[in-house]
Amino acid sequence: MEEKKRKIGVYICHCGGNISDHVDVEEVRRRIEKEYGVTVAKTSMFTCSDASQTEMMKDIQEQGLDGMVVASCSPKLHLTTFRNMSTRAGLNPFQYVQVNIREQCSWAHSDDHEGATCKAANLVGAGIEKALRQEALQPIRVTSVKKVLVIGAGIAGLRAAIELADLGVEVFVVEREASGGGQVAALGEMFPAGKVGSELAASLLAEARRRPNVTLFLNAELAEKSGHIGEFELAIRVRPPGAAEETVRIQVGAILVATGFAEYEPKPGEYAFGQPGVVTLSQFEKLLQEGDGRLLHQGREVRTVAFIYCVGSRQCGEGEDLNRWCSRYCCSAACHQAVLAARKFPGVRSYHFYRDMRTYGKFETIYEEAGKAGAVFLRFHEERPPRVERDGDSLRVVVQDLLTGGDEVAVAADLVVLVTGMTARPNDALTRVLKLPLGADRFYNEIHPKLRPVETVIDGVYIAGACQGPKNAGESVVSSLSAVAKAAALLIKGYVDLQPFVAYVQADTCTWCGKCQPACPYGAIEKVAYGDKEVARVVDVLCKGCGACLPPCPVDATQLKGYTDGQVEAMIDVLAREAEHER
Amino acid sequence: MSEFKPRILVFSTDNVSDPGIDLAGRNKMHYPASVFVVSLPCSSGVKPRWIVRAIDRGFDGVFIAADGSDCSLVPDCTKRTAATVAAAQALLKERALEPARVKMAAVCSVCAESFQKHMTAFSEALRKLGSPRREPAGPEAGRG
Repeated sequence: MEEKKRKIGVYICHCGGNISDHVDVEEVRRRIEKEYGVTVAKTSMFTCSDASQTEMMKDIQEQGLDGMVVASCSPKLHLTTFRNMSTRAGLNPFQYVQVNIREQCSWAHSDDHEGATCKAANLVGAGIEKALRQEALQPIRVTSVKKVLVIGAGIAGLRAAIELADLGVEVFVVEREASGGGQVAALGEMFPAGKVGSELAASLLAEARRRPNVTLFLNAELAEKSGHIGEFELAIRVRPPGAAEETVRIQVGAILVATGFAEYEPKPGEYAFGQPGVVTLSQFEKLLQEGDGRLLHQGREVRTVAFIYCVGSRQCGEGEDLNRWCSRYCCSAACHQAVLAARKFPGVRSYHFYRDMRTYGKFETIYEEAGKAGAVFLRFHEERPPRVERDGDSLRVVVQDLLTGGDEVAVAADLVVLVTGMTARPNDALTRVLKLPLGADRFYNEIHPKLRPVETVIDGVYIAGACQGPKNAGESVVSSLSAVAKAAALLIKGYVDLQPFVAYVQADTCTWCGKCQPACPYGAIEKVAYGDKEVARVVDVLCKGCGACLPPCPVDATQLKGYTDGQVEAMIDVLAREAEHER
Repeated sequence: MSEFKPRILVFSTDNVSDPGIDLAGRNKMHYPASVFVVSLPCSSGVKPRWIVRAIDRGFDGVFIAADGSDCSLVPDCTKRTAATVAAAQALLKERALEPARVKMAAVCSVCAESFQKHMTAFSEALRKLGSPRREPAGPEAGRG
């Protein structure tokens, strides 16, 4: 069918080992290099590296390639990377085809090396067939609405709202609770800036409210979402206490999710949790703020505090629901609380039972300060955690201390503070509305933790702060600024380039039976004269490329660019083909 | 001839089921390597003739990982996809093939576990059905 023989370049990625540990990529290359149209067939340790991209561009230019296939990760990660590379090399970006042999092959079949290799070869073969039949296309440009919905009025959400507003974007903030500020609003003095959490939250709220282009909805939730990047149609459900429920409909170009975390709640009996004298990190935070001259818990003076670290974090052993992650902020928070306690209540001693002290970066200074303030550190092995024992009215923490050669040490304590970590906040309703993917840890998933850390698989929906994974306050705000940059860059431009994969009608074949017209949900199909007959025609700008007009056509005249009968059927044929040894 | 591993073609969608299938891989949730995914913009665009061709050319079953109610493109997507499945099943019947070789279920962008379960169950069901009668793929297969 091709007028001139196409020249396709094929690159197969090791992904460091993510692919090549389970797929024999050299074997895949051998199987496809003789395929029709393949001019270049190479493997690469990382196809996304600058060096590999430079090599691809050189091949495109020197070999005159008019089609490109990279077999690596999900298109959600690098489709844009390689389309941009193609553009830079002078190849039409839509003649680039991404083949996913990581998420949908090596990782899904890490238990079947042979099967994964065969499958990868078929997938690459199908990609080549698609590329062979892909014509050059131009993007379709749509205008974007310069408005953003921020979900969550904690520090990450509020900071994002303020920055977006200052960039000239209209911002709606939706907060489920009756007041803004999030969990920081409950905090006293914070480290390292020494700001008071409640004051910080209040000032962010005031800053947001001061801006005319910020609208804050309290007691509100996102109820419905439709539309697409650049033009989402949303329904916000507001439930003011004592007033009637109200639904507000808005249109935005992007959505920024900053719904925060939930503090880990120890299980009953975990380190004697539930017994008098055993509290969590946030409960101790309140005691610190309340105490007046004396540190009090349930009316009794506290002279000795035992902190037990990594409660609800870095859980080891068998089981699917374990919190395997480090919660990042709690080592620093516990050291800081010990310093505050020593400063505010002179004479209060603290003992710290920890696994590894992860007061990273500049937080190292708070660890040092705690030591200077008299805090005593005892280190335990993950398999030999400390025991909390009750001795009449008082508590005792017993541990095998690694710092003194594994001696058993017992510390009598008036109060045991469980240094509780961060867990994902239950947000089932919101997750359903947005269709945001969750990781195995139940936090929201970014596309890639390093390459696209605030973007999600839902185009135009960004995540920021601790809803994505444990972060301290500073890190949360940094990630929200990153999401602001992404959303603003998208919207301030005023348009979004959509993929040009729209439907078209083969006029020679079409007999105007009229079946495609009502099948189109967007009214994109019109009847036009063609020679001496009437045929259907697709209005490009109205077509959303869903392909709903394909099945009703009795003569296969309606086709979808990028997914033509020729392309899809050639892909099916290759995928159906079994390798010699499979038969 | 090794053990019969049913070959399954999955039609997924770029923005809804494909991320769900990716998530299954990301979480190392295994399913048979004889499952192959072709991604389209929307499940309303799957053509019955593609399904029949897949069976003709060597697949043992076709699964549409449908957008369902999550479809951002076509409001009655589920109804349309169901009609496609029914049409394909009718075409299979004409060839004396079991309609159960075509299946659809909504797979959302977080439905990793459900996708894995569907693949395992569908593979098992097809194994019981056995390989369909079919012509071997011709030497020109794949040269459109």
